[in-house]
Amino acid sequence: MSKRPPVTDWATDFDHMDPQWARDPFPIWDELREKCPIAHTDRFGGVHLPTKLADIRDIAYDTEHFSSKRIVVRENPPNVPLPSPPISSDPPHHKPSRMALLPAFTPQAIEPYIPVTRRIANELLDALGTPESCDAALSYTQHIPVRVIANMLGIPESEGDRFRRWIHIFLEDTIHDDQDSAARLVAVSAEMDDYFRPFAEARRDNPGNDLISFMTKARFNGKELSQRHFYGTLRLILIAGIDTTWSAIGSSLWHLATHPEDRRRLVAEPQLIPTAVEEFLRAYSPVTMARLVAKDVTVSGCPMKAGEMVLLPFPAGNRDPAAFPDADKVIIDRQENRHAAFGLGIHRCIGSNLARMEIQVAIEEWLKRFPDFSLDEREAVHWSPGPVRGPRRLPLRIG
Amino acid sequence: MAIEGRANDERHQPPSGQSPAAMRLVVNGDKCQGHNRCHVLVPELIAVDDLGFAQVKGDGVVPAPLVEKAKLAVRNCPEFALRLTSPAASGEGDPA
Repeated sequence: MSKRPPVTDWATDFDHMDPQWARDPFPIWDELREKCPIAHTDRFGGVHLPTKLADIRDIAYDTEHFSSKRIVVRENPPNVPLPSPPISSDPPHHKPSRMALLPAFTPQAIEPYIPVTRRIANELLDALGTPESCDAALSYTQHIPVRVIANMLGIPESEGDRFRRWIHIFLEDTIHDDQDSAARLVAVSAEMDDYFRPFAEARRDNPGNDLISFMTKARFNGKELSQRHFYGTLRLILIAGIDTTWSAIGSSLWHLATHPEDRRRLVAEPQLIPTAVEEFLRAYSPVTMARLVAKDVTVSGCPMKAGEMVLLPFPAGNRDPAAFPDADKVIIDRQENRHAAFGLGIHRCIGSNLARMEIQVAIEEWLKRFPDFSLDEREAVHWSPGPVRGPRRLPLRIG
Repeated sequence: MAIEGRANDERHQPPSGQSPAAMRLVVNGDKCQGHNRCHVLVPELIAVDDLGFAQVKGDGVVPAPLVEKAKLAVRNCPEFALRLTSPAASGEGDPA
């Protein structure tokens, strides 16, 4: 990990890579929301941090002043663009590239992957056997989304280690301030493209039902996707679909390990799991995206200058008491839950139907196998910092 | 993001001859981003199209037994894209 100086003041010197943010960000957000409510840091070249859902919403909707050309806050952003449409696209290019992908992620398109996900969950549970303790992050949550998305792409499910290494470089390592991070980012993008190329070439000649084949047939304004567009989107699909869902499954299991009354209720009433998953998504939203300020603008009295970055902490917005009664409480049968865990506006997470399904199936199958579990206090839970927050170590006692 | 040609927007008028007391569920196609919360909560009234956007089934009239579920769908939309139109004399209200 980097040697980052400790945060002196969260309102003027915040750092979303700080261990305190990773471990327990909720009091930080609550305090900022009451006092600030838009924090700033000079780190990372200057970043704003709104904490009220209304401000986060306004920024997400304002594609004129806020660009998606940069969506991850980094100390050393690469000076060559590495577009991954549509997440890195602004209007008017955004819409056609998103429309090309949308049919692959509708609820109807995701349905065939329910049994696939259930099979993967049960293989992992079978491999666990009947342990007295285990690390649910290492042996369960981290494997499910990587295997499901590999299955969808038609690439080997067994290469999870390779895919997770790429993600770790993209979303954790290269956010720190080491000098060669921009070069590493460029190198890992090229490595991913090289990995995908033989699959893509084979599927062009011999298409199947997988996502790579789907992408070879996709059209952008009536034309085949450029090589840059095609590989950028494949990188996006692989990266965006893995540690996000892994984090959400892990946070849900962490909650159930620390709240036995909720765990017992979901075991007794599994039909409540979809409602509970929405609440876990609200209360422990994993993903904080970012925008680049494209034109000078003022948000709730806070001036923002072109070239600065703004974090979109949907996890903080989802804890905003102005938007949710008892925002700080996790209520697994919460009926009204207008949460923004999958973002708002034109960049709504395209994989949200897939993610929800995976989280629900992962929780259902885990609870069927291990209805009784709690944190293993002998070892520490480790939460990832930065744009995707979730447990990377989740030691549990079973039974 | 407007998707041209989507039929389920507010310009879609209810057919004549229905009960004047009936509430209708309306999707604003300019606001819907395909979160799919409404379809999950009230599949009897909301379908999704080939791109994953919400689409009101039929004329959107909400049968009395589904009113509470329809209100719940309205109150769970992250984009505020759903409305229930009431038959109030003043025109379209938002009882949810």
